[in-house]
Amino acid sequence: MKGIENRLHGRGGVAAALTVLVVTCLALIAAAQSRGNAIPSSELPPGSPELIQPEELVKTLASRGAKPLVLYVGPRFLYAQAHIPGAEFIGAASDPQSLDRLRKRAAALPKNSRIVLYCGCCPWEHCPNIRPAFKELQKMGFKNVKALYMANSFGADWAEKGYPVEKGEAR
Amino acid sequence: MKKAAIAVAVVGVIIALYVGTHRHAGDHKALSSSAAAMAPALTMVDLSGNKIETASYRGKVVLINFWAAWCTPCTEEIPQFIAFQDKYRGQGFQILGISMDDQENALRQFYAKYQMNYPVVIGNQRIAQDYGGILGLPTSFLVGRDGRIQQKYAGVTDFARLEHDIAALLQAGK
Repeated sequence: MKGIENRLHGRGGVAAALTVLVVTCLALIAAAQSRGNAIPSSELPPGSPELIQPEELVKTLASRGAKPLVLYVGPRFLYAQAHIPGAEFIGAASDPQSLDRLRKRAAALPKNSRIVLYCGCCPWEHCPNIRPAFKELQKMGFKNVKALYMANSFGADWAEKGYPVEKGEAR
Repeated sequence: MKKAAIAVAVVGVIIALYVGTHRHAGDHKALSSSAAAMAPALTMVDLSGNKIETASYRGKVVLINFWAAWCTPCTEEIPQFIAFQDKYRGQGFQILGISMDDQENALRQFYAKYQMNYPVVIGNQRIAQDYGGILGLPTSFLVGRDGRIQQKYAGVTDFARLEHDIAALLQAGK
């Protein structure tokens, strides 16, 4: 009898330990998610409404309707090899000179202009250019700005998907 | 016991789902021997002023790493590359860094600060095109002793995979 009780007690202990483990895992994940949700929108976390997906931009640019102004805020070497047709070269927005160029380009635009910023130099969370450019336009009062979300790079998330590109040095 | 197994499986699935949705692994492409192209021959001067001719690397396993000093995932990889260069140099392993920096000063500062133990040259559009287009950083190519490109790694490098590939090529004598 005592042996059965011990076995039951042992099983109960294992079940309780596993329950604690599951609850802890769920709590950790929930905490991580809530941290993610707490990221300011200007940090452009994946899934935020400030982002536009590549396929959506492709459709928009191919449509007959009004097109957004596409500004490239990444390094020169990437633009020269391949860029979105019609995209204007601003330069890497992590560089103050390029940020100044962005300010000057945007200064003449109405604040309700549809603008899409993109870079694609490196994996999204590490891109040093897209966030400074986005914040700058926000600071200037632009309300209709989207950042093109490319999880990995312009190569993986645009060119290799067969979306349109053109080559050429920055004008 | 059955309940315990189910609980463990549930935890495993939860963790796998979480990890799977929160990590961007780099792209890793192995080239079949028939598809393996010859690595483009480069003649350039590195940051130390030495002439670099990649043709002279024939017989070695070579890692060509396209990177930039402003690219955080690129710079985070440099200490590991330095370690690999030290570890495998004696077996005929050579790394060549190709910087795509616009600003040479930042590159030189980084190079000196990290005491990089392999040559770095400043890249350009032609080199990028020769390698099939470098449309994102970091991007690396592993070249066999026969001068053929065996692997391409785009994005954040999986170092366990890379070291496995390096060791395999060094041992294969290919």
